[in-house]
Amino acid sequence: MASGHEAPTSGEYIQHHLQNLTFGQHPDGSWGIAHGAQEAAAMGFWAFHVDTLVWSLVLGVIFYFMFRNIAKKANSGVPSRFQAIIESIIEFVDNSVKDSFHGTSRLIAPLALTLFVWIFFMNLMDLIPVDWLPFVASSAGVAYQKVVPTTDVNATMGMAITVFVLILVYSIRYKGVKGFLGELVMNPLNPQQLGMPKVVWPLVMAFNLILETVSLLAKPVSLGLRLFGNMYAGELIFILIALVFTAGSGIVGAGLSSIFGEHIPWWFWAMAMLAVFATLWLNLKGKLDNKKTLWFVFAELLLVGGLAFLGGQLMHFGWAVFHILVITLQAFIFMMLTIVYLSMATEHH
Amino acid sequence: MNMNATLILQSIAMMVFVWFCMKFIWPPVLKAMDERRTRIADGLAASDRAEKALEEANQEVEEQIKTARDKAHEIVEQANQRHSQILDQAKEDAMGERQRQVAAGEAEIVQSTNQAREELRGTVASLAVLGARQILEKEIDEDTHRELLDKLIAEI
Repeated sequence: MASGHEAPTSGEYIQHHLQNLTFGQHPDGSWGIAHGAQEAAAMGFWAFHVDTLVWSLVLGVIFYFMFRNIAKKANSGVPSRFQAIIESIIEFVDNSVKDSFHGTSRLIAPLALTLFVWIFFMNLMDLIPVDWLPFVASSAGVAYQKVVPTTDVNATMGMAITVFVLILVYSIRYKGVKGFLGELVMNPLNPQQLGMPKVVWPLVMAFNLILETVSLLAKPVSLGLRLFGNMYAGELIFILIALVFTAGSGIVGAGLSSIFGEHIPWWFWAMAMLAVFATLWLNLKGKLDNKKTLWFVFAELLLVGGLAFLGGQLMHFGWAVFHILVITLQAFIFMMLTIVYLSMATEHH
Repeated sequence: MNMNATLILQSIAMMVFVWFCMKFIWPPVLKAMDERRTRIADGLAASDRAEKALEEANQEVEEQIKTARDKAHEIVEQANQRHSQILDQAKEDAMGERQRQVAAGEAEIVQSTNQAREELRGTVASLAVLGARQILEKEIDEDTHRELLDKLIAEI
């Protein structure tokens, strides 16, 4: 919940979470941050989602420095553990590229690596509890904050469009303009091979062109929208889970509401988190054995909010575990499809 | 969820990151990995070679030990032979020496006996003369009885 003054309704809560921090030109001509979805929509095309851009840049820079750090230190000696991790990621990407892309290209492997790790990092933001960063931002006076760049269709389509441009560039580079256009109009029905009379050629070619254009355009669209759709849906479910057990209403929230009323004070959550953290810390320090730790955590969870809180936490935990799979898979799929599309662009078919 | 110019900036950001990756990350890491791969391959090959060499060396050592043992055996045999030879020789020498010594001793004994006999003879002669002189009181002239005396001496 971003604002502590008035409890927003569920609809407002969800909408707030799905609203980007948009910077653009208001209809009256002044530039500024949009307050609400209508204002953002009124800004038209020339507006920027500041949160998406900042977070994706930050994550991109993290990716760069993480890998650059290793690249600088890279030697053929015994690798450190971190270096081994980075190298195994690189090896994984390299193998994927070698398996799927049969041409030679200096670009494609680094491209795949960047996409994979960058998208993975952006997706990973989804595992940060949905209210944390927006809460920090709203405390700092920033009204809207959507921290997962890949839940913004602009980010995913932006990347997909770059890939699309690369597909065109590769097609033309490997087949020439003539070859590329020929492929567009002579596929899938090749009038020459089918032995059609010259008269119907333009008709067949027009038909082919429509089909091929659709299939060509479908590549970036499916690439971008697949990632966006998966991440958007995942984010939405996190928001819904959060909503269920922070709103403190209904059956599941009843345990806490009966103690604190409608609004559960923030220190309650802080103390609960501290207690769990302290227990886990003691376990890691070896002062508490595993069995005791589990019982303590369990007791704390029960104490904190009864079954209501436990239910919410379990749902959140369950979805987060599942989502780890989703974010990795989506990053991998984006990378893989990019490789495959570029591979197709370089091959005659 | 409206499409806007974020698209373009995101696209540019991606290109820049890809370029960074292509320029500064991929080549050094891949180079290092390839180098390590060759090094590991070399290392494995070297260890294989070393193992083979070790085996060969072991065989050679065994052979050498065997020859050495044979040789030692031979030397011991020779030494034993030499030993008995020397022993025999020494025995022989000792025997010879003993005989020589015995012979010399015998000769000396004979010689001293003879000498003693000669001396004794002389002494007895003069003793006889002395005795006779004392008995006869100057009656016997040494020169006249010379012949008698010599006869006496020869008889002793």
